Amino acid sequence: MRAFALLLFLFSTLPASAVEVRVAVASNFFTTAEILAQEFEMLTGYEVVLLAGSTGKHAAQISNGLRVDVFMAADVARPLLLEEKGLAIKGSRFTYAKGRLALWWPSETKVNEESLRNKAAGHLAIANPKLAPYGMAAVQTLKALDVYKHWRTYLVRGENIAQTYQFVHTGNADAGLVALSQIKGRPEKIWLIPEELHSPIKQQAVLLSSKQAAIKFHAFLRSEKALELIRDHGYDTP
Amino acid sequence: MFSPDDISALQLTLKLAAISTGLLLLLGTPLAWWLARSQWRFKFLIEALVALPLVLPPTVLGFYLLIAFSPNNWFGGLMMSVTGETLAFSFMGLVIGSVIYSLPFVIQPLQNAFTMISSQSLEAAATLRASPLDRFFSIAIPLARPGFISAAVLGFAHTLGEFGVVLMIGGNIPGETQVASIAIYEHVESLEYTQAHWLAGCLLLLSFVLLILVYASNRQLRIMRT
Repeated sequence: MRAFALLLFLFSTLPASAVEVRVAVASNFFTTAEILAQEFEMLTGYEVVLLAGSTGKHAAQISNGLRVDVFMAADVARPLLLEEKGLAIKGSRFTYAKGRLALWWPSETKVNEESLRNKAAGHLAIANPKLAPYGMAAVQTLKALDVYKHWRTYLVRGENIAQTYQFVHTGNADAGLVALSQIKGRPEKIWLIPEELHSPIKQQAVLLSSKQAAIKFHAFLRSEKALELIRDHGYDTP
Repeated sequence: MFSPDDISALQLTLKLAAISTGLLLLLGTPLAWWLARSQWRFKFLIEALVALPLVLPPTVLGFYLLIAFSPNNWFGGLMMSVTGETLAFSFMGLVIGSVIYSLPFVIQPLQNAFTMISSQSLEAAATLRASPLDRFFSIAIPLARPGFISAAVLGFAHTLGEFGVVLMIGGNIPGETQVASIAIYEHVESLEYTQAHWLAGCLLLLSFVLLILVYASNRQLRIMRT
């Protein structure tokens, strides 16, 4: 009987505390979210628990009962889907950051538009356009510059933007279209892709519970302090 | 039903599994024989090394391979100067990954089979002046036949199911590195469940049939022996 009680105890989930905000955050934004969470904790005394993962998986998990208070996605489609399903609080959906795409070419001394036009590379890494918004933007960029046909056979596709970065970082791919947020701090090897070459990479957030701490965090994401931190990490803000 | 990319993914998977299994049997047979017969004190070190892919997460293997394949490192640089292209994102790279990944699945059944061959039958052949090589081919290999069947089928089936390593080093190129498991993952992630079902069902059936072959041949063998 005692063993049974122990089992029950082990398998019961602890009730989420009222001072805790559980946030499902897109992997690409995780490091920035950590800094935002620290700032928020310092300001309010609430505690933030971040769950990093792919936005597609998060949406599927939330639809199947994962309890989180705020969902910070990598796109617009999944928060919209949750809102339509009635799982998110109506009217809470907003763009918290806009991703910027950058061409990263570690072996080049000067990287610009001409690099994509003239240079030959063994492999150009992009994120999978079917799975990741950055991948879609990469393909749009190559098409807008009319060089997609040239690059098509040299493209390698990472499952997400982190893997795309990894391919270039390890030297297996010569160049890559990665997120600016990943390569801030080495401006000499990159070309920031002009925004008009692809549709905006909007990252949206929704509120999923009406807990006080969650509402505060959701509001904090739009505060001047938060916007400044987000811009510092290589994102645009609306 | 199947898109052209799905069909090429299936073909690629079968090709990868066939080539990897062939290589593993070639390389694995002498190693397994040595492991079964050697009296070396530190043999357990090699045994542990061979078993590592059983317990390591594929991401660990994939991560190390990605670093090793990089032209900036000696191994990747050497291969680059020999073949003229990087091993990552190539079929050749996947073969190397699969051989490492499926190694224990081939070595262990072979080693078990070789261990079961009695020394007496080999010594008897030796007294009849059969050379060591002759003894190996005319006694050890026929006696270890069930081990070879298990090793081949398990190596093949395990390579069919390979996912994590390919995800890390493949780059998802249709016709080159996009194997069935990767194609299924992409379909599921982009909510194309019908196409995912077709491919997944195909793999499920194939793996099940292969395992039936292994267990059926084991059973037959037991009946023959009793």
